[in-house]
Amino acid sequence: MDKWQDNRAWFLVLPVFVIVAFSALIPLMTVVNYSVQDIFGPGETVFVGTEWFKQMLGDYRLHDALLRQFLFSGLVLLIEIPLGILIALAMPKKGWGVSISLVTLALPLLIPWNVIGTIWIIFTRPDIGLFGVGINSLNLLEVPFDHTATPLYAWITVMLMEVWHWTPLVALLAYAGLRAIPDAYYQAARIDGASPWATFWYIQLPKMRGVLTIAVLLRWMDSFLIYAEPFVLTGGGPGNSTTFLSIYLVKIALLQFDLGPGAAFSLIYFLIVLLFSFIFYQVLQTVGKGEKG
Amino acid sequence: MARIELHDITHSYLRRPKKDSDYALKRIDDTWEDGGACALLGPSGCGKTTLLNIISGLLKPTSGSVLYDGKDVSALTPERRNIAQVFQFPVLYDTMTVFGNLAFPLQNRGVSNDEIRLRVHEVAEILDLTGVINKRAAGLTADLKQKVSLGRGLVRADVAAILFDEPLTVIDPHLKWHLRRKLKEIHEQLKITMIYVTHDQIEALTFADQVAIMVEGEIVQIGTPQDLFENPAHTFVGYFIGSPGMNFLECTLEGNAARVDGAVIPLDEETAALGRKAQGKLELGIRPMYLDVRSEPGEAGVEATVTMIEDQGSYRIVTLMLGGRILRAKVPEGNPVSEDTVWVHFPKEWIRLFADGRVIT
Repeated sequence: MDKWQDNRAWFLVLPVFVIVAFSALIPLMTVVNYSVQDIFGPGETVFVGTEWFKQMLGDYRLHDALLRQFLFSGLVLLIEIPLGILIALAMPKKGWGVSISLVTLALPLLIPWNVIGTIWIIFTRPDIGLFGVGINSLNLLEVPFDHTATPLYAWITVMLMEVWHWTPLVALLAYAGLRAIPDAYYQAARIDGASPWATFWYIQLPKMRGVLTIAVLLRWMDSFLIYAEPFVLTGGGPGNSTTFLSIYLVKIALLQFDLGPGAAFSLIYFLIVLLFSFIFYQVLQTVGKGEKG
Repeated sequence: MARIELHDITHSYLRRPKKDSDYALKRIDDTWEDGGACALLGPSGCGKTTLLNIISGLLKPTSGSVLYDGKDVSALTPERRNIAQVFQFPVLYDTMTVFGNLAFPLQNRGVSNDEIRLRVHEVAEILDLTGVINKRAAGLTADLKQKVSLGRGLVRADVAAILFDEPLTVIDPHLKWHLRRKLKEIHEQLKITMIYVTHDQIEALTFADQVAIMVEGEIVQIGTPQDLFENPAHTFVGYFIGSPGMNFLECTLEGNAARVDGAVIPLDEETAALGRKAQGKLELGIRPMYLDVRSEPGEAGVEATVTMIEDQGSYRIVTLMLGGRILRAKVPEGNPVSEDTVWVHFPKEWIRLFADGRVIT
């Protein structure tokens, strides 16, 4: 086959290149720039090579925050994905119930993130909050519920808030996937005598693979980057028990104004998110290989 | 394998049907013989699929009952009725192999693994699927997928009937013929009751030994393909079966002849006598292939003008104007047809009279 030899074709790619440069590469490069220099003031910079990276990688507080982050995101996926699927399966398929359940589900998604934190502060306060007062009045807990005092309660509160906030997204995606399955599949399953479990396992779940891939990726990335809600709710405490990566990063970069280590941290953070998103995507693609989305 | 009886089936998709037109099915009462190959033929929207889903149990009829071998199964689920259904679009379990797909109905019924393996391989053999048995079902071509869907019905040895809902819609034309013949072969080999829904008359007439013609929620005639062709019970059957369809001419009776816009067409004494007794709008029907088109006025020829001649290879379709009415004739190759005026003869034995759409007998 003859190929066209014409380098002017590169000009056609130029607009995309410019857009990507401004949207991603240039902002990212400034971070790279900071991560390899020590900056004392405008014009007073010293090249330090990988020093900031070494410092951050050896920082035990970062290790702790990273472990916390993995635990948090892992729990988020383990709870929200199955719960979202269950909600989607239980939702009505036609009639007025559809609109009602869709609107009800969408409500948490419409609330600004820091407002969500505020709502949950008030909701769980042990002196005036419905949840806090309610659970303490049952007298079941050895230590009275107070998420500002006990790390476990802080975690429970953050998890509850996160699940309440984001499970609806998974449910909506799963519901959309379920609704797209043609009736004939269910009819065939009935004729083949498939149990409800077999129908779920061999029809509904494989057919939801596409939307669930998106749900897993979105929930993974979002939960790994979570900031506003726990920052408002617990501020990272008690102690450092709910200090997730982004909260720690903001402490370094803005409160201590360590821009160099902050930049190095940001890059490490970014690479972790990218790496795991890639792994999830690959795994989910292989699981359903040979099948069209 | 079973004989299927339908008793006074009506169905409406509305919760409280009031008018006649609220019904998708208006009183169906028929019997499908055990081991027969039947087709339900009718235009889109006439209720074929609804009727099929009622037979399989996917739909519950508004009234009436379904009997298999004389046993009322109206209250049973499709699974309990032990029926197989092949849908318009191939329905497969994408994550399974072909083997898994074929084994699935047996596994759900708790059949032992050895027997499953035996049955699946038998069925794969019949359907020529042995070569792809370990492939993932999702990667197959449409015709193979449809074979797998059919196979899921065949693996159950005791299946009462296999229902087909326009199964060849998504198949390439050159494979349609092959698959249709395969179905026929399987029917002859296994003698399973098969009911085949289609709007394609060629599919219906080549597949089935009994064809039911449906229109607007009613079965207007059940018969062999030959029967439907030669003795349509309803003008719709005459018009729907055959290409081009039967000619219908509104007429009045005059002694032993029919008068169509001034032209006189002689009838059998018997036919004329029946016609005189009938009430309602009278129509004369004749198949295009039985019309005798000549270039000279013979005895009892009716003069007509030629408006179009379509050459179809081995025959020609001649469109004629008889008075103000259109008439189509199928003329064999070699018979010359003049291009303006011709004389048409109506052989008495092929003339049928219809009153208000129904044949007079």
